[in-house]
Amino acid sequence: MFPNSTYAESVDFAFWFIVGISFTLLVLITILMIYFVFKYNRKKQVKAENIHGNLTLEIVWTVIPVLLTLGMFYYGWMGYQDLSNPPSDAMVVKSTGQMWKWTYEYNNGLVTDTLFVPVNRAVKIDLVSADVNHSFFIPAFRIKRDVLPNRENFVWFKAENTGSFDIACAEYCGLQHSYMYSKVVVLPENEYDLWFKNASEKKDISSTDSTQTLN
Amino acid sequence: MTSKSVSSNNYESYLEYNGKGRGLKSWIFSTDHKRIGLLYLITMLIFFAVGVTFGFLMRLELIAPGKTIMDPQTYNAIFTLHGIIMIFLFIIPGLPAVFGNFFLPILVGAKDVSFPRLNLLSWWLFLIGGLLAIISVFLPGGPADTGWTFYIPYSVRTSTNVFPALLAAFVLGFSSILTGLNFVTTIHRLRVPGMTWFKMPLFVWSLYSTAWIQVLATPIVGITLLLVILERAFGFGIFDPALGGDPVLYQHLFWIYSHPAVYIMIIPAMGVISEIIPVFAQRTIFGYKFIAFSSIAIALFGSLVWAHHMFTVGMSGTAMFVFSLLTFLVAIPSAIKVFNWVSTLYKGSIATDPPLLYALGFIFLFSIGGFTGLIQGALSVNMHIHDTSFIVAHFHYVMFGGTGFGIFAALHFWFPKMFGKKYNLQKAKYGFWTLFIGFNLLYFPLFVMGWLGMPRRYYDYLPEYHIYHLVSTIGSWILILGLIIMFGNFIYALLKGEKTSEVNPWGGETLEWHVPTPPPLENFDEIPTIETDPYQYVQNNSDNVLVKEAN
Repeated sequence: MFPNSTYAESVDFAFWFIVGISFTLLVLITILMIYFVFKYNRKKQVKAENIHGNLTLEIVWTVIPVLLTLGMFYYGWMGYQDLSNPPSDAMVVKSTGQMWKWTYEYNNGLVTDTLFVPVNRAVKIDLVSADVNHSFFIPAFRIKRDVLPNRENFVWFKAENTGSFDIACAEYCGLQHSYMYSKVVVLPENEYDLWFKNASEKKDISSTDSTQTLN
Repeated sequence: MTSKSVSSNNYESYLEYNGKGRGLKSWIFSTDHKRIGLLYLITMLIFFAVGVTFGFLMRLELIAPGKTIMDPQTYNAIFTLHGIIMIFLFIIPGLPAVFGNFFLPILVGAKDVSFPRLNLLSWWLFLIGGLLAIISVFLPGGPADTGWTFYIPYSVRTSTNVFPALLAAFVLGFSSILTGLNFVTTIHRLRVPGMTWFKMPLFVWSLYSTAWIQVLATPIVGITLLLVILERAFGFGIFDPALGGDPVLYQHLFWIYSHPAVYIMIIPAMGVISEIIPVFAQRTIFGYKFIAFSSIAIALFGSLVWAHHMFTVGMSGTAMFVFSLLTFLVAIPSAIKVFNWVSTLYKGSIATDPPLLYALGFIFLFSIGGFTGLIQGALSVNMHIHDTSFIVAHFHYVMFGGTGFGIFAALHFWFPKMFGKKYNLQKAKYGFWTLFIGFNLLYFPLFVMGWLGMPRRYYDYLPEYHIYHLVSTIGSWILILGLIIMFGNFIYALLKGEKTSEVNPWGGETLEWHVPTPPPLENFDEIPTIETDPYQYVQNNSDNVLVKEAN
């Protein structure tokens, strides 16, 4: 799955950085184990030696992992800094999670069940739950944030390519949890503006209609 | 030890002795630590079989998208029960309550634990807790469907039987606390003369660290569950936002226990590995003190990383920084253990008997579990893989590949000593390889699809994840075949296997290999004295003089 946001690229970098180091160490440990088992196998009548330890080795294999994990921590932390500081000019959409659907409310009151956003523009999603805990998850953008009933969380992204991507609920929320999917549709700037204008007009008409009905 | 202590042929083993009545009563009311260990073993394995069955059914449901064999409500109940049973009734009591009870007193040269009657009480509490969990399934309302984490507000909204399930976890907590209390006291007070702290076997060190976590952390979850019960029963507004409470507070309290609980599960398994490797390499352990202290370090640091289960909940930057950093640092003591274990193979005389195979399998699988833990500790990456099947794969590698294989290693290692029966070594190896292949086939695909965006606790899934689910389900069948081979081998050995009174079949040096097989009621006729390190192998295999009798 290709990364499709600025944030996704930093996540992928940190991920492969850690996977690379881990894989190397795992291979090293495994090869050593297998090599020792064959080389010092009892069938070869080797004589065992009581080696109680080696301080230099202990220091080496404490210090090196500390340095490596600090490096991993650094990339994870830096990437996260980016996610926790949305640009001030970000477009804001409010999303409500409820059992078992997502709704999106734009700044003019327009409400949709699919998230439409323009490409290459920072979008900040304010997250709130109408009932139990949910979690707002867009795999293609590598972002996730819990959606809670008593506090407002947010998440932001800048989509780099147009297209349609899945939004899932990642916090277990009952019977239809696995069907709580929605889509984010990333449109070119002009198409997005057109969609927003049309959708808002329709909404105004429908809200006028309902007002008239009420009267 | 000299041959004197094992010379008495006409002794009564703990299996034959009848102190308090006969038959079943002599077992369920016995205060003998070995009988209690076996009671735990039997109850735990029954629950394990139930948990495996639930896991098998979940995997079967997920073999293809859409409904396969059950509806979503059943699926949600089954993954909840699978979690509760496996965690509270199998993995947590697995090593301390079974092998700790059986071998800790022997390893430190004691006749029993400090408080034998408390020990019996803790098994009874365990049984009652287990029965409560089972009752919750059959009461009207249906089994709990909250996941084993009981997250609020969902757990106060659902109409299923959350209350008995919580009560079960609460009672089981006390069982665990009593075991911990007994072990701390036993290790402090009942070591044989000469067994200073640094002459204790490493399994004892691991039980010591574990016991402290059990005593200090378990009360927190007990109180938390009690608060949830109060909230459900009387409407106290502690966690439920509808009543003015905070669901995130619940998550904090829950993980303040449940993260250290992960170390209750894994540290004793590490202790078992530290016992097995020197025996099958016939040499002393590499870096004894580093392994011993790393258990303590894990227990300390492990108590301060709980919020890494909550990185997506919206915490302050400071909290995120500290919890992520500590999460990386807690990996270091585990890494130190792995390096020392591998080094213990260096210049040994290695016999690849089943216990060693399981120990090496443990190192490989636990390492994968550990490394993937690092991946999740990185904050930016965590935002993506949190609550996906990646985490499910990670904790099964640590808990099943780690602790599970540790329990199987312990069973293969100590089985002849515990029962005085020989199992078939070749079949045990077939069992291991089947289990090992099935395990990786079952859980590795979960890493891949988690990275691709498959959330956890999903009854249904998008078609692009089908291939991974299919492979995983096939893996579950192979894994179960491995379990059947392994337990079949043990059951055959118990019923029809060759009897053995061989005191030291593997050539071990710790005290349990110097008492008769199976051990007598109070383990030792005379309390031995320890003079040297626990793994002081004599390399020419002549008289292994480790300990002498105290006249």
